[in-house]
Amino acid sequence: MDGFWIILSGTLIAISCGLLGAYLVLRKMAMVGDAISHAVLPGIVLAYLFSGSRETIPMLIGAAVLGVLTTVLIELFYKQARLQIDASIGITFTWLFAIGIILISVFAGQVDLDQDCVLYGEIAYVPLDLWFTASGINLGPRTVWIAATLLLLILTFIYFGRRGLFITTFNEEYAKALGLNVAFWHYALMGSVSLTTVVSFESVGAILVVAFLIVPPATAYLITTSLKPMLWLTAFFGFLSSLGGYFLAVWINGSIAGAMATVAGIFFLCVWIFSLIKQKQASIPFRA
Amino acid sequence: MKETLEFFSFSDPNVRFVVLGTMILGATAAMVGSFAFLRKRALVGDAIAHAILPGVCLSFMVSGDKNPIALIIGAVISGWLSLMVIDGISRTTKLKSDAAIGIVLSVFFGFGILLLTSIQNSGNAAQSGLDNFLFGKAASLTQDDILIFSGIGLVLIVLVLLFYKEFKLISFNPDYAKVIGLPVKFLEFLLATITVLSVAVGIQAVGVVLMAALLITPASGARFWTNKLSYMILIATVFGALSGLMGSYVSYVAPAMPTGPWVVMCLSLLTISSIWFAPKRGMFARFKQHRDNKKKILQENILKLFYHLGEANQDFEAGRSFATLKASRELSESELDRGLKLLKQQNYLRKMTDLWYITQAGLEASKRVIKLHRLWEMYLNQRLKLEPDHVHNDAEAIEHIITPEIEQQLERELDFPVKDPHQSTIPYQES
Amino acid sequence: MNDKTAIEAHNLTVSYNRRPVLWNVDFELPAGQVIGIIGPNGSGKTTLLKAIMDLVKKSSGYVKLFEQDLEEVRERISYVPQRESVDWDFPASVMDVVLMGRYRKNKLLKRLSKADRDLAAEALEKVNMLEYSNRQISQLSGGQQQRVFIARSLAQGADLYIMDEPFVGVDAATEEAIMLLMQEMKKEGKTVVVVHHDLQTAKLYFDWIVLLNTRLVASGPKDQIFNEALLQEAYGGKLNVLSKVGELIKEKDFPVREK
Repeated sequence: MDGFWIILSGTLIAISCGLLGAYLVLRKMAMVGDAISHAVLPGIVLAYLFSGSRETIPMLIGAAVLGVLTTVLIELFYKQARLQIDASIGITFTWLFAIGIILISVFAGQVDLDQDCVLYGEIAYVPLDLWFTASGINLGPRTVWIAATLLLLILTFIYFGRRGLFITTFNEEYAKALGLNVAFWHYALMGSVSLTTVVSFESVGAILVVAFLIVPPATAYLITTSLKPMLWLTAFFGFLSSLGGYFLAVWINGSIAGAMATVAGIFFLCVWIFSLIKQKQASIPFRA
Repeated sequence: MKETLEFFSFSDPNVRFVVLGTMILGATAAMVGSFAFLRKRALVGDAIAHAILPGVCLSFMVSGDKNPIALIIGAVISGWLSLMVIDGISRTTKLKSDAAIGIVLSVFFGFGILLLTSIQNSGNAAQSGLDNFLFGKAASLTQDDILIFSGIGLVLIVLVLLFYKEFKLISFNPDYAKVIGLPVKFLEFLLATITVLSVAVGIQAVGVVLMAALLITPASGARFWTNKLSYMILIATVFGALSGLMGSYVSYVAPAMPTGPWVVMCLSLLTISSIWFAPKRGMFARFKQHRDNKKKILQENILKLFYHLGEANQDFEAGRSFATLKASRELSESELDRGLKLLKQQNYLRKMTDLWYITQAGLEASKRVIKLHRLWEMYLNQRLKLEPDHVHNDAEAIEHIITPEIEQQLERELDFPVKDPHQSTIPYQES
Repeated sequence: MNDKTAIEAHNLTVSYNRRPVLWNVDFELPAGQVIGIIGPNGSGKTTLLKAIMDLVKKSSGYVKLFEQDLEEVRERISYVPQRESVDWDFPASVMDVVLMGRYRKNKLLKRLSKADRDLAAEALEKVNMLEYSNRQISQLSGGQQQRVFIARSLAQGADLYIMDEPFVGVDAATEEAIMLLMQEMKKEGKTVVVVHHDLQTAKLYFDWIVLLNTRLVASGPKDQIFNEALLQEAYGGKLNVLSKVGELIKEKDFPVREK
């Protein structure tokens, strides 16, 4: 049963991350996702300090604030200070991450977070944190409920926002020329990424959020030519990575989140090789 | 205070090791990172830092102990592999480099975590300390570490100095480097190896995530101080070393404080202050430039005002009251007041019994601005074929920026015109 | 719909990286004509279009479209960006892209109607691409990509079409088709403004020419524009003084307007 809960929560998180990540990959902003996933750390620590526990709501607020702050800082370095974009991203997230770690050290007594957890999460503990109703009925792990709610939100956003996301991702200038609010879609997407990051943070850790954000959609992108199948396939690869990752981790007795990222990478590698072979075949001229 | 003295006396050998170690690491990474920064590959450094972990773990699994050289070799191999994979993905698929970096970073790291946890769970006692590659261990560097770090650091610094010209060329203009017959492939290989090596070493001080800062942040800050590459690298290196020193100082004074994050904190603060306070390129310098521009515009506008009033009744020497001046131009009272005072300081204006008079020097200065305004109107009218009623606004701004050199060129190009497009006389200085 | 002036630019100055790339451009373009904007590389042609569409910040001046602000007549204006400005590996079909022409502000959440699809299909028909409507855009040739962009624009049903370099990198058949289409549009009373770089064909394609080289060199009916002196002026390099002042403005971060 534990395995089921772990795979389920992994899958839910992987799908949420992957769907948003698909847009990040298509917008060529994959590394902004990486930056946000690191930079929310101080927000989480501060939320911990203020609420004194792992309440979800303060954490979400803390992360959302830091997520927005990250994008704002990057823009500030890039546009106001005229620093190149890759350096702006790099400086911002390392600085915020360092602040987060320092905060953890300063308030080590009050904050129940450690460095390992920050980097690679504790998905193995998901089944231990159960949710009970007032009358004592076991509803299953809390994380699964939170992750499912998140997925629902993300699905709603992507379903209703599909046209806005599509046009601003494919051709931002044209969208602007039509009078659409391009900034709204940008910040809506970045906000969703921060939200997803923080929800996933506890389970899979900062760096493996990046794996789920980027690897499944990138894999799907290689073998699809329209958006809908790409999103479906992203979800499918997310599921397979969680499933395979769990069993790999059990087999070699290692971190589940690490194993999930590894399996996601294996799928990418297979698809990449497959597409290389197809390219080769296509480039060989027919000989009658 | 006592701790500070203790720290800077460097009498404690542990302090010496930590300080020396972090300074060498900071300096080397900053130097090497400058090239990554210039080549706009800052985030590749981040990927390498993450990608090193599986190499370290595999090397441990094969060799069975934590021989630092063996671990670094493992790190270099997997760092190298990660670079090749990033390159391969962006070359052979429709994915762009940002996705390639993200994939490599997260998958390599995930695999590394898997191996690391597996080793930890296997109960092998020799493994303890492997996670130093994850979080860094700046505060517990030993003499052996220092020897290895400084050895590698020295080699890297010498290599960068030896190939400085070549690296500079492939960073700024790889196509040209190819044309003049430089072995670009080899140089890129060398630079990449140097980067991987410096990451493999530096990561042991600050850990995976913060390693990127050691590479990128100093160069970004240094960029604001100079346009010259050699100075930029020098400043970046100093930043790197200085942050190493400050970071270890903080964690010495407050032992609960982690060294690595404080090194990065100091680096970030140095860079952010550079962004603000560096002369010329810094934000403050730019604000000041804006203010100076505004000041110049204000003063010249007031001088022009005196000229216009003088031109209207052919009497340049008459005194003008504040109210007259205020009435004839769109200036707020405080602006006008400030401008008048500034001009008085420079002896362009005099004030007697509530009336303002323009001095000879002031008149000459005002003539020049008027002349530039009318010359520019003429230029716009003749060269840009703008209608006379469309030229004024542009001239209002450009009159303040034209240098004597451009002034002469304008005069010659327009052949010393006498009237502007509105048939006003263009005043020339008598000489 | 008997507008006389399609576009009026008044003292338009636009800077890129603080350096002015368009200086005091001032013109009026008549409605119902096919208009070419011609000039050497780096003469600010694309920037001019972007300034008209409010995609870049203006340092000074304003643009009126059909004698109104862009915001008020947006529905009547359609913009065709440069083909290379998007990533054609994007996972979308030809129809998906053309349907974008039917997206409207504040109506993004609403489903597209049958009428929208019909208009998109009609637009594809006009550029002879209807049979490709389910084709993935990554599989199109350069000329086909350009036709898709134009179809998307047509689907908007605008009165003024602003196209950035539609003839670059397309095959002869596409060039011919676009040219005929522009004549067709003119007959329907539409105005077409096209950035173009080839002098040879410009004379054939356009009724009205704008010659640009950082500043406006000339704007008028093509017969008046095609003379040696004006072309020499447009293609004879930048104005020395103007470039120097531009450099100075960049260096000193100087305002192009006092206020």
